[in-house]
Amino acid sequence: MVGQIVSAVGVMIVGVLACIAYFWLSNKLLDMIFPVRDGDVMAASRSLRRRAIVRPWLFVGPALLVLVVYLVYPVIATLILSFYDRSGTQFVGISNYQWALNDREFRQSIFNNILWLAVVPAACTFFGLVIAVLTDRIWWGNIAKSLVFMPMAISFVGASVIWKFVYDYRAEGETQIGILNAIVQGLGGTPQVWIALPFWNNFFLMAILIWIQTGFAMVILSAALRGIPEETIEAAVIDGANGWQIFWKIMVPQIWGTIAVVWTTITILVLKVFDIVLTMTNGQWNTIVLANLMFDWMFRGGGDSGRSAAIAVIIMLAVTPIMVWNIRRANREMGGH
Amino acid sequence: MTGVVLKDIRKSYGQVHVLHGIDLDIREGEFVVFVGPSGCGKSTLLRMIAGLEEITSGDMVIDGQRVNEVPPSKRGIAMVFQSYALYPHMTVYDNMAFGMRIAGESKQEIDRRVRAAADILQLTTYLERLPKALSGGQRQRVAIGRAICRDPKVFLFDEPLSNLDAALRVATRIEIAKLKEQMADTTMIYVTHDQVEAMTLADRIVVLSAGHIEQVGAPLELYERPANLFVAKFIGSPAMNIIPATIRETGPETGLELTGGKTVRVGVATDASQQGRAASFGVRPEDLRLAMDGDYLFEGDISIVEALGEVTLLYIEGLVAGEPIIAKIPGILDVRKGQTMRFTADTAKLHLFDAEGKTYLR
Repeated sequence: MVGQIVSAVGVMIVGVLACIAYFWLSNKLLDMIFPVRDGDVMAASRSLRRRAIVRPWLFVGPALLVLVVYLVYPVIATLILSFYDRSGTQFVGISNYQWALNDREFRQSIFNNILWLAVVPAACTFFGLVIAVLTDRIWWGNIAKSLVFMPMAISFVGASVIWKFVYDYRAEGETQIGILNAIVQGLGGTPQVWIALPFWNNFFLMAILIWIQTGFAMVILSAALRGIPEETIEAAVIDGANGWQIFWKIMVPQIWGTIAVVWTTITILVLKVFDIVLTMTNGQWNTIVLANLMFDWMFRGGGDSGRSAAIAVIIMLAVTPIMVWNIRRANREMGGH
Repeated sequence: MTGVVLKDIRKSYGQVHVLHGIDLDIREGEFVVFVGPSGCGKSTLLRMIAGLEEITSGDMVIDGQRVNEVPPSKRGIAMVFQSYALYPHMTVYDNMAFGMRIAGESKQEIDRRVRAAADILQLTTYLERLPKALSGGQRQRVAIGRAICRDPKVFLFDEPLSNLDAALRVATRIEIAKLKEQMADTTMIYVTHDQVEAMTLADRIVVLSAGHIEQVGAPLELYERPANLFVAKFIGSPAMNIIPATIRETGPETGLELTGGKTVRVGVATDASQQGRAASFGVRPEDLRLAMDGDYLFEGDISIVEALGEVTLLYIEGLVAGEPIIAKIPGILDVRKGQTMRFTADTAKLHLFDAEGKTYLR
């Protein structure tokens, strides 16, 4: 144990020192290759210009290299792999994609993903906005906000474990320990195996992500609401608008940009949803989503890297446009007017 | 009668009392300016008339009706905010039309009123623009236009010019004065800390300080007959010089002794009971003249000379410790620092205040 800590700290120190040494030495080397000597002004200015061109690349270089190896290369490799067969040796053209379009499970995944996309970002943004507005002017607003925000600190797997207990089902005759079934039983209903109820179980899984992400939406939107000039609301009061009209016609339009950023950020997250489904149902009872399908084909007995890669590419294609739009939008919001 | 009547209006936030009983009677069509230093409660008072602040106690009457519990939109008022408070996501047209749309006016009526207001304020070419594409002066005109569209009985302005630069401020001030002429029946209440705006725009000025009304009156009345030291020092720029003295002689004119032993006669009547009391006399910088020869009011050393061309400001040391007396002499003067000079003023232009700061009336 102690040995591990010592070696970990040692690696950290060596790593940091190595980085410093790299930047210092490479900079030194650059100065030596393009020297600036007294006397020859033309040569000196040429050297300085060249140094200015090379130096950024020296400093960005390592990061760029890591990015290429761990991000760009896998993307290209996946793209190539998606045109090969299960062993990755035989070129099969677009047949992996053709398979996907006709596969029952793939269609189910697409359907479920669209369901997630339709529900989760909207619900998170809606609840986040409502909570942000309601907690704005009460003394215990900040306490309430902290509580709503707290699930953000829990990992998806951890949250899923918690919610497994919420949805827990015990056989007839036994005491129901899941709170949902306890409530149903208390109200005189019949306990259900919630996560095995096709179609509706998707929504029980979504509830987990909504529970986690509402805090995020709330915090961002709450900050945006604070940025609305108080006078515009007072002007609307004088103009005769009621609370509902002020909210929809004065407040929401002024934070529309932020709402869009929150919505798309959660949309991207939802497209990649994986952990919750894996932990709760592992895709059984028609809850499969694209990321889990990809994982199944790659690592869990599917044994077909081609099909898995094809699914990965499809997820990436779906995420990219939203991502681009989101980043642009966020940049514009940050840039101010 | 669309007057505004305030009866013993008070405002407190918990234990903090902001306004201590304001009584005021504003007549229909009058232009009243609330003026006072920051924190005197003038904006709070305006916001209470608007209905944006709750009234702690007292009666607010607009158009003969008690409006304490009436929501802002039903009070027949419109307000122009310091920060313009335009709806940033709406065009100029929509900004002006918003209130009427909420009220459910017909499209034709909305269009007619927006265009009429835009016409008065020369905004017709900007109707389709968003506020961010307008200059500060144009934004303020849109804010005024939005208020006009409400067709208010009482028009409220909360420091509408303080976000504008100096040149634009003068131009917009004149526009507001013209607007008042066009809307002769509309009562206007205007809050400012700028006494030039107050003097030029107001029919009557209400001077407030620390939650009290110090004086209500026409601009020149406040200038010529301030009710107390506060108003005397607040109206006029540079402020009135105040010099401590003791009453030595009473009667139709009052004789004062200054700290240095010099005696001064002031054209204010006092009765015998005031004999020997501490007082202070005031003289406006612009009422001081150079004493060529003969009798003079006081003398002192010149510490600073500010030559502005049109006038010369002289700072005179030696009479009140730490506070120079200022004289505003027309034209250009040949005066050097350190010079000792004598000054005089008409006895009718001198003001006399008692120890509590109240004016001895003429």
